[in-house]
Amino acid sequence: MDSIVQFENVGLRYGTGAETLSDISFTLLPGRFYFLTGTSGAGKTSLLKLLFLAQRPSRGLIKLFDTDAVTLPREQLPDLRRRIGVVFQDFRLVQHLSAFDNVALPLRVAGMAEDELQEPVTEMLDWVGIGARASARPATLSGGEQQRVAIARAVVARPDILVADEPTGNVDPDMALRLLQLFEGLNKLGTTVVVATHDLHLQGRVRDAQVMRLDKGRLSGPVTAQPALAVGRAL
Amino acid sequence: MLFPSTSRQDKGLIPEGRLTGPMPWVLAIMMFLTLLAAATALAVNASAAHVNADLAGRVTVQIVEPDPEMRARQTQAAADALTASQLVQSVDVVPEQEVTQLLAPWIGSEGFDSSIPMPSMIDISLNGPASDSNLDALRDMLAGIAPAARVDAHGSWLKPVFDLLKSLQYLGLLLVLLLGFATSATVLLAARSALDTHRETINVLHLLGATDSQITTLFQRRIGLDAAFGGAIGAIAALAVILLIWSQMEDIGSGLLESGLLRWHDWVILALIPFAGIALAMFTARLTVMRALRKMM
Ligand SMILES: Nc1ncnc2c1ncn2[C@@H]1O[C@H](COP(=O)(O)OP(=O)(O)OP(=O)(O)O)[C@@H](O)[C@H]1O
Ligand SMILES: [Mg+2]
Repeated sequence: MDSIVQFENVGLRYGTGAETLSDISFTLLPGRFYFLTGTSGAGKTSLLKLLFLAQRPSRGLIKLFDTDAVTLPREQLPDLRRRIGVVFQDFRLVQHLSAFDNVALPLRVAGMAEDELQEPVTEMLDWVGIGARASARPATLSGGEQQRVAIARAVVARPDILVADEPTGNVDPDMALRLLQLFEGLNKLGTTVVVATHDLHLQGRVRDAQVMRLDKGRLSGPVTAQPALAVGRAL
Repeated sequence: MLFPSTSRQDKGLIPEGRLTGPMPWVLAIMMFLTLLAAATALAVNASAAHVNADLAGRVTVQIVEPDPEMRARQTQAAADALTASQLVQSVDVVPEQEVTQLLAPWIGSEGFDSSIPMPSMIDISLNGPASDSNLDALRDMLAGIAPAARVDAHGSWLKPVFDLLKSLQYLGLLLVLLLGFATSATVLLAARSALDTHRETINVLHLLGATDSQITTLFQRRIGLDAAFGGAIGAIAALAVILLIWSQMEDIGSGLLESGLLRWHDWVILALIPFAGIALAMFTARLTVMRALRKMM
């Protein structure tokens, strides 16, 4: 199977400091489910930023959908980005827009007609359990509710790759499982999923998931995840 | 609500309402000043053109001769010669009475007796312009017939006035250009500050796959609407002032003032200025936003 993401000897340095990421090489296959773990500050968010094209690497090669993403001219970035759904660690909801409008953003950006986007957006909001608060601004939502809006926005356009940075950090375990189900559902439809998380319980919950581990900016994996039992604790 | 509401395509992308702070009001003031400066320049131009057309071929011949008989003879001879000349279209000997009337304010009508020598005057219109060569030809022709004749173009009296009018026109044009420049600068600053305010939104839009041109169009349209709003206010205020002054000029009804009334093509130019202003604002906004976006990833 052809890879959907390929990193080769990628390094990332912010400013003039030491490298935050060093010698990152890995390959992601389409339709698979990946977890990215590592201690706080290990560089998970930095790695994902490279993946969803928010940041260019200092060195190395990144290929997305068989396209060289490092030397890609600016004008061609939007086409790639539209194929990637992102749940940002800090949500990055647009504050002056309602939950509905936030979720509708990717569809509007892609040029979908207003009457066509009502249904998928409403459905998505219902799925993450905030259908009743569709017209609320982010500031009036709880942390967990904002996170679910962010997730709905990331998946509504059925991206080829879903990148989620700590997507369950602010919700209770039941909701975490429900959201994970959402990702799995999307995964079954063919989306490649990459979830960064500290939550070991989640990792064991997904069948055939692969785990990548970041330690001080260096990557190991992906390897097949341990089954849920190995974690030993209930959710 | 005073401000134009956002269009459908903008829905849910950048906040409703005004994007550019006080920019519309600044643009309103600049539009007002631009229109007044332009209207003044155009009126001066109309007035100059009017006077110029009036005087273009007009020449006065004065016979300055103390002896009344001699004066009458030379006047008649000059008038005959002028009438016969190819250069001259029409000849009009100004009756002595009219000359007296003309001078009455300076000399007084009572103490007017024949002991004060009065020049006699002949008004002529030339076929061509009152150029130096034409005037010299007339002088040569009259030299033998009426040695006391003095030939002057009407326009030459007014040359300093024309120069002044010309300077005023250039000044008006300069003001319009400067105001256009200031308008651009205002829009540039407003666009930059709008971009700063909405930087996070722009970043998110970019990451969701929005193109530069989508984002630019969004901002350009909104800034354009704000500019149109300001421009309209300024234009309406300027129109009110121009019409007021117009009616005052008409009331006075003096020749020179009336000649300064705007012609129809002056109104066309004035009507185009607000549109040019809005186009300039949109163009500046587009350029500013495009350049700023290109610096982002
Ligand atoms: N924009 C930036 N400029 C400079 N340094 C940064 C920037 N972003 C991250 N870093 C640094 O890079 C390192 C890795 O940060 P990163 O956010 O990738 O970690 P993380 O693994 O996501 O941590 P967490 O689990 O807490 O989210 C940290 O030391 C951080 O201080
Ligand atoms: Mg992080």
